[in-house]
Amino acid sequence: MNSLSPSRNVTGRGPLRTWCLTAAVVGLLGALAGCERPPIETKQGGYRGLGMEQVINPRIDAIKEVKNEVPAVIPAAPSEGPLASSVYKNIEVLKDLNVAEFTRVMLAITQWVAPPDQSCNYCHAADMASDERYTKVVARRMLQMVRHINSDWKDHVGKTGVTCYTCHRGNAVPQYVWFTNPGESADTGLIAGNAGKNKPSRGVGLTSLPYDPFTEYLLEGRNIRVISTTALPDGNNSSIQHTDATYALMMSISQSLGVNCDYCHNTRSFAVWDASTPKRTTAWYGIRLVRDLNNAYLLPLTSTFPEHRLGVLGDVAKVNCATCHQGLFKPLYGASMAKDYPELEGEIHHAAAAPTESAPTTAPPTASLQAAN
Amino acid sequence: MAEYQNIFTRVQIRAPAYPGVTLPSGAWVRQGKGAFIHLLGRFGDAQIGPIYLGTTGLLSLICGFLAFEIIGLNMFASVHWNPIQFIRQLPWLALEPPAPGNGLHFPRLQDGGWWLMAGFFLTSSVLLWWLRMYRRARALGMGTHVAWAFLAAIWLMLVLGIIRPVLMGSFGEAVPFGIFPHLDWVAAFSIRYGNLFYNPFHCLSIAFLYGSTLLFAMHGGTILAVSRLGGDRELEQIVDRGTAAERAALFWRWTMGFNATMESIHRWAWWFAVLCPLVGGIGILLTGTVVDNWYLWAVKHHVAPIYPQVFAPVIDPATLPGAPK
Repeated sequence: MNSLSPSRNVTGRGPLRTWCLTAAVVGLLGALAGCERPPIETKQGGYRGLGMEQVINPRIDAIKEVKNEVPAVIPAAPSEGPLASSVYKNIEVLKDLNVAEFTRVMLAITQWVAPPDQSCNYCHAADMASDERYTKVVARRMLQMVRHINSDWKDHVGKTGVTCYTCHRGNAVPQYVWFTNPGESADTGLIAGNAGKNKPSRGVGLTSLPYDPFTEYLLEGRNIRVISTTALPDGNNSSIQHTDATYALMMSISQSLGVNCDYCHNTRSFAVWDASTPKRTTAWYGIRLVRDLNNAYLLPLTSTFPEHRLGVLGDVAKVNCATCHQGLFKPLYGASMAKDYPELEGEIHHAAAAPTESAPTTAPPTASLQAAN
Repeated sequence: MAEYQNIFTRVQIRAPAYPGVTLPSGAWVRQGKGAFIHLLGRFGDAQIGPIYLGTTGLLSLICGFLAFEIIGLNMFASVHWNPIQFIRQLPWLALEPPAPGNGLHFPRLQDGGWWLMAGFFLTSSVLLWWLRMYRRARALGMGTHVAWAFLAAIWLMLVLGIIRPVLMGSFGEAVPFGIFPHLDWVAAFSIRYGNLFYNPFHCLSIAFLYGSTLLFAMHGGTILAVSRLGGDRELEQIVDRGTAAERAALFWRWTMGFNATMESIHRWAWWFAVLCPLVGGIGILLTGTVVDNWYLWAVKHHVAPIYPQVFAPVIDPATLPGAPK
């Protein structure tokens, strides 16, 4: 074949071949651009023949581990001392805590939530007891929410529990919240509507599926179960569009938890419970938990928030799975921060706390609180 | 220098372009004189044209263009006529069928009317092109095998786009026009109807699909391998078996004990290709109309195996007393 090369050059086929090869290589690299860079490992969970494999990329996991390091625990507070409610004014939620415990919680919130340059001032006005700042009103409700999750939603959070840090991670507003996405303006004239889908959206794994499955399923509680429970038609008229929306919700869960479908489901039948993994039960309660939080805790705060904290429809920031999970099957790899903060787990019952007489208007200053003022 | 040894060659021979056999009276004339393009010769015949357009061809192209424009302009409008966003988001864009609540009514243009129109023109285009194929084959005195094979594909398209939606009583059951959206539709369709992999017609369709590729590779490989012995004169070998046909037949008898003939291999290939969309269409047609959950159907008929339980038993928490809504 080498003897043919001079004639190839004469006929000008050399450059053509080079161009074709270059185009092929560029095209191939372009086609691979959306792929995840190896190494990729798989771990089988199901019976042989079923796979049910989880895809693990140690390179990406290493990055996640750094991002999910748990902050140092603030030393535990002594259980003695006067109740904070008897020392400070306008305490509605943390009435059961003594001053040391109360101060510890305030310190923790300052570390976990408040922007460092504003510290205590982020929520407190000069009069610490005042509800002047909206952030304080929100924080109070959020404390109730944390205790509610830890005491009433053990079906989902188990003994691990949650703290402010589970969602906030040092941000005043958690990184992963959602607002109702109205999509394009309804008035598009004669142009075809997009049925709330067909836009690349990270929340639903860059699919063309509906970009806001959250309003329907995590706020309004629309039925997720579209698959028939009988082999033959028996009155289930769930549409493909309805299925698209549930599929989008499931994609968002998969993204939020960094897992494949078969972390919970045996994909030969998404619907059948007895073929599913026990994780599906946890997720089922998780969906109900999120609905509860959005409706009972976040929605009522809508008028409390200033306009710049609201969505385009004037709706409050809401939670979904990503808010806590942030890409992990268990938030913070299952580290139980709540265990170190019994103040947040639920009401603490102090054995016959002695009532204190005096109620000074300002708090006994701890170092950090003083610095903030 | 390359040598011209047999008719299976990459050497391109230049001779005056062949215009084709004489057309019957009343037919359109063929357009163009024919030209040679070297690059085309690397994939097929270097000669391009003359082209026969004909009434059906012209109408088909017009209908196809209308469908293409309705879909494309609606997609373009959905990114506010921004050409960069149009290209970036193109795989995600789509023209959606009417909402499920619409049933079989003709909705407003923006609520699925455009989709119905695009579907109408696309269907017309494809059917006219089918008619053109049929009539061109007849005009050449050929059999109509290609047209019938094409009709098998059209069948699947019509089942997905109109026949099944009409049987289900909702245009909303049909497929959106769009790259990712139609793929997501496929996945959602399978999920809704309990996993299409347990649909036996889907199984058959896959068997014919993979079978087609296998047969194609076996046949193409065999003929290329015996072309040096005259196997390239495939059609002559059908009537007058030469050493190439003998060796090819012997090769397969040695390797798998059975062989097709020079003639039957083409029937194998035709039927495999045709049956793929034919049975696939039957499978789609039965979904939702006759069977609503293919997994449960397969369990009922002992098609789906039951695997040993490896996880702790799971029950539907919604069935527990006091379960949250």
